[in-house]
Amino acid sequence: MNNTFQAPTIEYGQLAPLLLVFGAAVVGVLIEAFAPRYLRKSFQVPLTFVSLLGAFALILVQVFVSGVPTAPAAMGAVAVDGPSLFIWGVILILAAVSVLLITDDDHFVPQAAAVPGSAEEDDALAEGAAHTEVYPLVLFAVGGMLLFAASNDLLMMFVALEVMSLPLYLLCGLARRRRLLSQEASVKYFLLGAFSSGFFLYGMALIYGFAGTVDLAGISRALGTVSGQDPLLLIGTALLGVGLLFKIGAAPFQAWKPDVYQGAPTPITALMASGTLVAAFGALLRVFWVALGNLDWDWRPVMWGVAILTMVLGAILAITQTDIKRMLAYSSIAHAGFLLVGVIATGDARQNADALSGILFYLLVYGITTVGAFAVVTVVRDAGGEAGHLSRWAGLGKRAPALAGVFAFFLLAFAGIPLTSGFFGKYAVFAAAATGGALPLVIVGVVSSAVAAFFYVRVIVLMFFSEPAADGPTIAVPSMGTAAVVTVAAAATVVLGVFPEPVLRLADQAASTLFIR
Amino acid sequence: MPWLSILIAVPVLGAVAVALLPKGSDKAAKQLALGVSLVVLVLTLVMAVQFAPGNGRWAFQETYDWIPSFGVHYAVAVDGIALVLIALSAVLVPIVILASWHDADGTGADNPPKRSVKTYFSLLLVLEAMMIGVFAATDIFLFYVFFEAMLIPMYFMIGSYGGAQRSYAAVKFLLYSLFGGLLMLVAVIALYSIAGKSTFLFPELIGAIQDPTTQKWLFAGFFIAFAIKAPLWPFHTWLPDAAAQAPAGAAVLLVGVLDKVGTYGMLRFCLELFPDASKFFIPLVVVLSVIGIVYGAIVAIGQTDMKRLIAYTSISHFGFIALGVFAMTANSAAGATLYMVNHGFSTGALFLIAGFLIYRRGSSYIADYGGVRNVAPLLAGTFLIAGLSGLSLPGLSSFVSEFMVLVGTFSSPVENFGFEIPAIIGATGVVLAAIYILWMYKRVATGPTAESVSGMKDLNGREKLVIVPLIALIIGLGFYPKPLLDVINPAVGTTLANVSVPAFAPAHPVADQKGAGQ
Repeated sequence: MNNTFQAPTIEYGQLAPLLLVFGAAVVGVLIEAFAPRYLRKSFQVPLTFVSLLGAFALILVQVFVSGVPTAPAAMGAVAVDGPSLFIWGVILILAAVSVLLITDDDHFVPQAAAVPGSAEEDDALAEGAAHTEVYPLVLFAVGGMLLFAASNDLLMMFVALEVMSLPLYLLCGLARRRRLLSQEASVKYFLLGAFSSGFFLYGMALIYGFAGTVDLAGISRALGTVSGQDPLLLIGTALLGVGLLFKIGAAPFQAWKPDVYQGAPTPITALMASGTLVAAFGALLRVFWVALGNLDWDWRPVMWGVAILTMVLGAILAITQTDIKRMLAYSSIAHAGFLLVGVIATGDARQNADALSGILFYLLVYGITTVGAFAVVTVVRDAGGEAGHLSRWAGLGKRAPALAGVFAFFLLAFAGIPLTSGFFGKYAVFAAAATGGALPLVIVGVVSSAVAAFFYVRVIVLMFFSEPAADGPTIAVPSMGTAAVVTVAAAATVVLGVFPEPVLRLADQAASTLFIR
Repeated sequence: MPWLSILIAVPVLGAVAVALLPKGSDKAAKQLALGVSLVVLVLTLVMAVQFAPGNGRWAFQETYDWIPSFGVHYAVAVDGIALVLIALSAVLVPIVILASWHDADGTGADNPPKRSVKTYFSLLLVLEAMMIGVFAATDIFLFYVFFEAMLIPMYFMIGSYGGAQRSYAAVKFLLYSLFGGLLMLVAVIALYSIAGKSTFLFPELIGAIQDPTTQKWLFAGFFIAFAIKAPLWPFHTWLPDAAAQAPAGAAVLLVGVLDKVGTYGMLRFCLELFPDASKFFIPLVVVLSVIGIVYGAIVAIGQTDMKRLIAYTSISHFGFIALGVFAMTANSAAGATLYMVNHGFSTGALFLIAGFLIYRRGSSYIADYGGVRNVAPLLAGTFLIAGLSGLSLPGLSSFVSEFMVLVGTFSSPVENFGFEIPAIIGATGVVLAAIYILWMYKRVATGPTAESVSGMKDLNGREKLVIVPLIALIIGLGFYPKPLLDVINPAVGTTLANVSVPAFAPAHPVADQKGAGQ
């Protein structure tokens, strides 16, 4: 028995982006504790941006100065490889852009503890109170996302999952208007999220029972050596899959998405719809490609079913939606299905790299367009806050042609019309899937895209071809932050739609090494 | 000189300039758009003069890497077929701009709302760039990009500037085309991965797919997209709605040019990329074409709305074009190509004159007119000429092409299919055309003057300027189609050689004889 404690080796350099974000989150909590209320925001906002952009800069340093690491860090718990670094960069960009939306106080409840509609709430409103805790919470969530996508063992992945999810549950309940809806969303998300974490945890336990390790590479090795434990492995895989598919909102685990997206404050919806999706795909890929890559004969048929169901369900249910945020939620479900097509498109190393590169590119372009679309949603308002109901958007093209034009452009990008970034994202994934022998899935995907185009186009029809309602919504003058978000997202959607090559190449390079084990 | 890139860039820059004009400068927007489109026309003519058919297949070739990761190039070039279609677009756009001068002003007799003039003309120029691009593209991916992207400006032109049912028509148009386009996308992706050449360049992909079954599937993907676009029966139902609701100018470009992308795609891509599958599907396509010819014509007879009537006549004419393409003889294919051009002019004239009538009367229903020739003889007379070209009267341009298609089809030996019968049935389309055109003319222009048209003004100077070039082209090409055929024939010959159809005598003697017979 060796009683001496072996200090683990920690590659601080590789983990620096993570540590910076988490560190800033902790400092943010301290600011909440010690800084006077009127000063908090002026500390929190710069701190948040500096940490997010600093982490992004650290990634650049890692890539261009130190080079992409070839072995896992922190005793094999975290894999800082090409795909991780790309996903980190994407998450940090999306988070920074979402924080620009969050800086607009108007979205958050002045005092979450006050009962909706009560005198306390009115007092808090009159006082101009604000929950600056939002910023550290967002930083914790972002830190969790980063870790989630880079975890190299299941235990670390579970911790990351919780660190990512818990702040989001809370943030969902902080909407300033329609607070009951927001609180309902928060509770729903929490309950369903807790269940899915439970599934993940149970699956992890069963897999541990099979492999004797939670290390992804170890599980992969065990697949070839352990025999006679197949029930543990298969049930464990299924349960892990449930936990991960829940986070990306794949059918049949998609029910939370429309409710939560609708109820949450729109900037938080933007963060979830972009950042969480990216992180969850990172984790899903790692589990199914690294740990369970040799089990693909078993999970592939199920994934086919899930992908088809997700695409079809998302596209068809979106048609019946009357609320813009719910519609975007269903659209996000459909897009998750398109991305799953890429997850299935495995084969030899070259094929895997192609599919991974397509997914990475898709995640980036979809995330940016999504944040832009939600940013537009935040400025179309009526007396009750954001004008969520689609009928209120009628004739927006006449009231605010520029804004409606940009939103129409985002919708066309979601629909995958050429000369928008969305087209190349979809193309990259579908092309990889077609070469990977999943042509039927591509056909389902393409048909779903055509169905999905219907509801995107319907919004354009409403905005441009309908006469404005007499008491139609007003267009709030966008704050600097919101205007910047819309501009950046629109610019990225155009540029990546016309000259995608540099970013495609970057994604190719990130994917070329595949995941390290 | 990079002619084709300039032809694409000039209208795009023009569109941006028009869109950036300050508020309230509607007139300047129109003039600028007209100026830009005239510049494009002049450039096109200068380019066309330099085109020498004998110098290899492609002229004015430009190839740059666009997205090397996907094997996608910005590759443009023209052969005779593409050249005449680009010329068609370049001629029609200034005419359409001039004809649409007041379409967005809200001054028509049915009091349409005032809409953004700048946007309309800027969309027109964007559309022109994409029309030129789609015909010039020699990279299949680039072709697909233009093919899909050009839907968007047309969608907004119909949806924002069209008639009462405009949003329904616009959505139907977009969804139909998008659906076809996405099927084509699957075929494009499959073509790329099965061919395994890591390139989308069309010339390199000719003959890349040998397996007959694969060819058939890929052919189906491309063909359905083109059949929706063209449109062939039974994929046609969007066209009457879209054309009837679109403003007249947009309808001209929709039916006159955009739909030609479908038939052009069949000739260029379906035939050459999948020759065996094309031959395999001849019976199916021919049957669809013949049904389209007869069905379109009969339904046209029953229409009560002028624009819908013209749209249905086009469905009939697209049947002829598809028949000519798939009969695969030098005569029929060259005739089909020539028909694409002639149809653009004659249908364009019909739509524009119908548009003038509707602008004055505020209704597109035939029953609301009567005796127009008594009050507006020029308007009625030009309407008649355009109509007669539509029914292929000898001496007018459509006749030449229709005759070539029918003769070429009748004598086609390809696959021993027995093309005589479809050619004979197709010929009945000519008779039916006489009914729908002349009957419409009779109801609109002859008889006692209806009260509602009694104050109708005849063509004004601007409108004459619109109609004269079209009538001149219709008559000129009716008597002397040789310049176009000289350009078209070699290109069609190369295409058919790639399908390995036995070569035939060049096409133009037939046309010349008929022209001389007038």
